[in-house]
Amino acid sequence: MRSCHRPVILLGTIVMLAAIPAPAQGPGGYNPPGQGVDLSGNWGPVFHEDAHERGPGPELVNYLGLPITDGARAYALAWDASRFTVPEHQCEVHIVGYIYRGPLNLRIWEERDPVSQKLIAIGNYIDNYEQTRTIWMDDRPQPPEAALHTWMGFSKGKWDGDILTVYTTHMKQGWIRRNGLRHSDQATLTEHFIRHDNHLMHVSILSDPLTLTEPLLKSQDFNLRVQNGQTWLYPCEPVVEIPRPRGAVPNYLPGGNPYVSEFADKYKIPVEAALGGAETMYPDYQSKLKKTTPAPATRSSK
Amino acid sequence: MMSSMLKRLVPAVLSLGCLAVMARAQQGEIQSIKVQGNVYLLTGGGGNVIVQIGDQGVLVVDTGLAQTADKVLAAIRKLSDKPIQYILNTHFHPDHTGGNDTIRKAGQTFTGANVTGNIADAALGAQVFAQDNVLMRMSAPTGQQAAMPFGDWPTETYISGQKQMFFNGEPVIMIHQPAAHTDGDSLVMFRTSDVIVAGDIFVTTTYPFIDVNSGGSIQGEVDALNNLLDMMVVGHQDEGGTLIVPGHGRICDKPELLEFRDMMTIIRDRVQASIKKGMTLEQVQAAGLTKDYDARYNAKSGFGTREMLIEAVYKSLSQKK
Repeated sequence: MRSCHRPVILLGTIVMLAAIPAPAQGPGGYNPPGQGVDLSGNWGPVFHEDAHERGPGPELVNYLGLPITDGARAYALAWDASRFTVPEHQCEVHIVGYIYRGPLNLRIWEERDPVSQKLIAIGNYIDNYEQTRTIWMDDRPQPPEAALHTWMGFSKGKWDGDILTVYTTHMKQGWIRRNGLRHSDQATLTEHFIRHDNHLMHVSILSDPLTLTEPLLKSQDFNLRVQNGQTWLYPCEPVVEIPRPRGAVPNYLPGGNPYVSEFADKYKIPVEAALGGAETMYPDYQSKLKKTTPAPATRSSK
Repeated sequence: MMSSMLKRLVPAVLSLGCLAVMARAQQGEIQSIKVQGNVYLLTGGGGNVIVQIGDQGVLVVDTGLAQTADKVLAAIRKLSDKPIQYILNTHFHPDHTGGNDTIRKAGQTFTGANVTGNIADAALGAQVFAQDNVLMRMSAPTGQQAAMPFGDWPTETYISGQKQMFFNGEPVIMIHQPAAHTDGDSLVMFRTSDVIVAGDIFVTTTYPFIDVNSGGSIQGEVDALNNLLDMMVVGHQDEGGTLIVPGHGRICDKPELLEFRDMMTIIRDRVQASIKKGMTLEQVQAAGLTKDYDARYNAKSGFGTREMLIEAVYKSLSQKK
């Protein structure tokens, strides 16, 4: 009989113990429950969204659906793709707000204090250009205004429930779209990393009053990879591809871009739509387009 | 033709205007930030002040405005209590030389016994180096009114293409850039720290002020920017490496200077094309040729406005013809 009661007593003890709140896990409150999820691992991009732009790249003078200012548009129209051939430009890497759209392999890991195990930072390795990014989780102060701006910027993160929200400043100027549209070095970036099991959604919101009339919101998706992610290397070595006078900068004079209507002609849309602006982001613009005359297919594009 | 007196007064008047504008713009405290190696940047004193420290002492590039000199000196003293031995000026404008007198007097020159014996004040104060045109712009012949106080003048100038020194364990090289921001611009290269001080040839706060009346020109400006690019070596993954400190604004690396060089070259090309079409300065001003850069660089007032830049580019290209 006594032996029959033993499992019942043991079970009751376990239930009672389980009902007692667990004590704090040491001084400093080591990673208390509710502080986010583990994003660590190798993540590969899913290209179902905007694949054409993200792979081969956007057409020239396709600014459709982007809330750009007149100044940003003027910059892009003066931009000659041959600028990529200038030696100093050849090894230019992508900016943090743009690189997550690329064919990247993304490795994420945690940096923890070896004693307290508090989360200090979340690291990202983006293999396209061997870029390493640090998202500081320790609420450290911002760098001074006079500090160097970088391609990855200065990022601070915090957990909003299970969503990692990251705010980035101190970026260089960089691509909005790699056909001449640039954001300025005054831009800021807000991101959300949202993990659902083995799927990671990355949402980015770029704000730049100098080149955007409204924040630009984009999203990208990743799948967790069981095997190690590929690690591309980027041993870029600039060379003279086109002999030019010293200091020459390929550019189009105002009104001189020969490709203004190429994209519009191809897709039979008005040039003004191809030139973008906040209005072209919204569904209402489609009804406006129907009332306008399509770009003549015969228009010279060069 | 302008008399020599008038030639000196024009930059003097400009300088006073510059002084007033910059004084309004610089109300904050002096901020100190390490650039890299032995080199530090002090902001908030007018033009940027750069400090190199080491076992031998302190070397200062540009000294800011006169009215912030005491604060700049205090900030230098927080970095090092060693003797301030050298001041290097990138050009003559008072937002870069106004603190010369105060900081020079706080410094010290180490000289040989025969010199100190014969020249009583040889060891008093730091030495002030600049390209010779800086002294010409700041001073005046005996009996005439100088543009700047005597105490701010360089104590030693160079007329060859560059001046070399070795201080605090690294080569420090001043390299003259003729007819750029002015006719007396020097780049200052700290070769071991891998930092270059650009003076007002490069600024990140507004359009650059090309002081045509003091010998500046758009082509000299573009040439100087190309020289800078040649001197800089970018780090791994197109970042870091040689760092550059502008005359106003923040620390940059080569990719950022490259964008600035591109901008100045493109604006030059546009104005040049307009001149070839026979457009007047007023027509060029109205043509919106800097629309793509205005949001970032156009100063609301004072120096660095779009109008001043276009006028300077137009005038210097027209003079060239």
